[in-house]
Amino acid sequence: MPTFVITEKCDGCKGGDKTACMYICPNDLMVLDPNEMKAYNQEPDQCWECYSCVKICPSQAIEVRGYNDFVPMGASVVPMLGTEDVMWTCKFRNGVVKRFKFPIRTTPEGEANSYDDLKGKDLNSGLLSTQEADGYEFPTPQELA
Amino acid sequence: MALPNKPVGELKAVRDPEVDKRDVDILIIGGGMAACGTAFEIKKWADEGTKILLCDKAALERSGAVAQGLSAINTYVGENKIEDYVRMVRNDLMGIVREDLIYDLGRHVDDSVHLFEEWGLPVWKKTDDGKNMDGKKGLKLGSLKSGATPVRTGKWQIMINGESYKRIVAEAGKKALGEDNIIERCFIVELLNDKEDPNRVAGAVGFSVRENKVYIISAKTIMVACGGAVNVYQPRSVGEGKGRAWYPVWNAGSTYTMALRAGAELSMMENRFTPARFKDGYGPVGAWFLLFKAQTVNGLGENYSASDEAKAELEKYAPYGTAAVTPTCLRNHLMMKEYKEGRGPIIMKTSDALAKLGETMSKKELKHLESEAWEDFLDMSVGQAGLWCATNTEPEKKDSEVMPTEPYLLGSHSGCCGIWCSGPDEDWVPADYKWGYNRMTTVRGLFTAGDGVGCSGHKFSSGSHAEGRIVAKSMVQYLKAEGDKITGFKETDQELVDYVYKPVRNYLDHCEFTTAQDINPNYCKPAGMALRLMKMTNEYGGGTGTYYMTSGKNLEVLMDLFEMFREDLEKIAAGDLHELMRAWEITHRLYTVQAHTRHIQFREESRYPGFYYRGDFMGQNDDEWFCFTNSSYNKETNEWTLKKVPYVKIISD
Repeated sequence: MPTFVITEKCDGCKGGDKTACMYICPNDLMVLDPNEMKAYNQEPDQCWECYSCVKICPSQAIEVRGYNDFVPMGASVVPMLGTEDVMWTCKFRNGVVKRFKFPIRTTPEGEANSYDDLKGKDLNSGLLSTQEADGYEFPTPQELA
Repeated sequence: MALPNKPVGELKAVRDPEVDKRDVDILIIGGGMAACGTAFEIKKWADEGTKILLCDKAALERSGAVAQGLSAINTYVGENKIEDYVRMVRNDLMGIVREDLIYDLGRHVDDSVHLFEEWGLPVWKKTDDGKNMDGKKGLKLGSLKSGATPVRTGKWQIMINGESYKRIVAEAGKKALGEDNIIERCFIVELLNDKEDPNRVAGAVGFSVRENKVYIISAKTIMVACGGAVNVYQPRSVGEGKGRAWYPVWNAGSTYTMALRAGAELSMMENRFTPARFKDGYGPVGAWFLLFKAQTVNGLGENYSASDEAKAELEKYAPYGTAAVTPTCLRNHLMMKEYKEGRGPIIMKTSDALAKLGETMSKKELKHLESEAWEDFLDMSVGQAGLWCATNTEPEKKDSEVMPTEPYLLGSHSGCCGIWCSGPDEDWVPADYKWGYNRMTTVRGLFTAGDGVGCSGHKFSSGSHAEGRIVAKSMVQYLKAEGDKITGFKETDQELVDYVYKPVRNYLDHCEFTTAQDINPNYCKPAGMALRLMKMTNEYGGGTGTYYMTSGKNLEVLMDLFEMFREDLEKIAAGDLHELMRAWEITHRLYTVQAHTRHIQFREESRYPGFYYRGDFMGQNDDEWFCFTNSSYNKETNEWTLKKVPYVKIISD
């Protein structure tokens, strides 16, 4: 399902500090044509349809068209990523529409505790830093062959 | 006069890139779950002032196998015994695994899962009266760490709302390590050995996919964790759909290739994974089998895997085939038998499963169940949802086909190929399985985790993260004990730039010769080489084209083809930075799939029926092959060496 960029909606992220789709694509597929100030997928047959670019695009300019070697035409799957949930609109070829909403995270973005002040004590034990801090009793196998 | 040729990409490559030199203590190569684990853990153990750098080919927020998200965490030990985790992995992988590594993973993995939940990953919970709550509603039941009950689909899996799984894990890793210590879009392509001690690492070289820049990095210790290998065999879809691989298409075997070229010993590279998934979309089937209790039938409508014939077939592979849970490869094997005997296709009876569940459920509960089924796809394999929409497939009304995929090479999912690593330095670990630092490869100072560690599959996302954390601690131990032994690498800046930018020079030297840049007798392009590689492995190396069958003679042909391929890589050309990335990826893929097929050539038995077959050595041969097979490569002489390594059983039956 290669991504495509809707000409009218894409502004090349000219107001932002980076082109969002180009920044995020795990396979380096989305690129900006600086003359047109529009992004495009430069290698559609390497698209994993991970939707990373679709979800991050601030203009909702990117959608996905099913792989032309096995997907019949006419359907679409469109996400709307919020801060706590993702909403999906799944449109069937025959017109059936299904909508789903799933939670994506239970803490505010940026609030993941990275335990910056935690320092490990015993470098030679097998315990990870948080296991050590929790007083986890380190097991060894009891049912030996 | 030839028309002016123009590279396809937007970021043109130039002949002489800028050189960016770094000198660090610890280098982390990769940005997936394992690398994020290392990023989180490392500063908790390193001394103040230790220089640490992480290089990711993509952007940490969405890189690696979990980029798209996941609907489950497949390894959470919880109430189970760690010994039972080892037994499960051992049986699924046909008996030959490193039980020290697996046990060690089992005692660390839950700690990472608890962190994920604390960081904000929604984890489903079970209420006291047996109802499933999604990760948001389930919050009021408390956390896993505080004793709340997860929703298990099998003995080891727990359900999550995992669309943002990677974003959450990356956020914690990024914060812990510090953004200044991370270079994104930096593709490391080769490790550099110490000039005084060639069996030690001293650095790495790579390039930016965004600007004409080569990174030359001196490092005292290095972790390489860049995932497994995809598109090393011809996918079932060969047009646009070849991107719809089951495992992430950007996994190019970089982990194995960089390690083997540095001299590290690989182990069990013959192992591969050809998961049975929903056909074409490659959506997950786990929830359908385990949560919804769906059955698969053959083209005649028969529940073929429960037949007497199937039972007799499985008995041939006792004790694995007769265990309570049939190993993944043998489930595939039964499926292959149906195809070969003309009883395909294999159909997942989603309609029956949902109807049966509907008998005891209210309308509201059924609606919720439908939503769960779709979430399974939308969280981790959106393309499958797209395919269902495009084919008007409502699972309660229309069943779907299941089919085993093309082969993938990996060490973290239900496969176990990878690098031969030291286990923990503890009394119960056999002497031959430990050499000082947990998860260090046979090259001193070089560590790996996740897909990189061989002989210990079934760690999945959570286990890979935990393993990356284990490595963090080991690297600091190594740094303190041996950090002063590193003397630097022998290669000069110019040699390294010439090496990394050779594809660009090949392009610039010859691109004017023809009117169309992709067809030129003086060079080859990565896109064509990718197809060439996949065609040869598919035809001779046990791809889908031969129902995973190969033989000694086929492999002999393949090795000749590989050698010419390797020679031709000297002439690979890249006109832009994206293409330069592809040029290096195809190089990495070649060495990795060569290691894979050389192992198959060496191991004269069919250890994993359903994953691959040696036509000349069908069946298992425990008398001769109940052992690990390890390989090493010498990049100076282009020689491979293979050997048997004894298996030691640690955990009782």
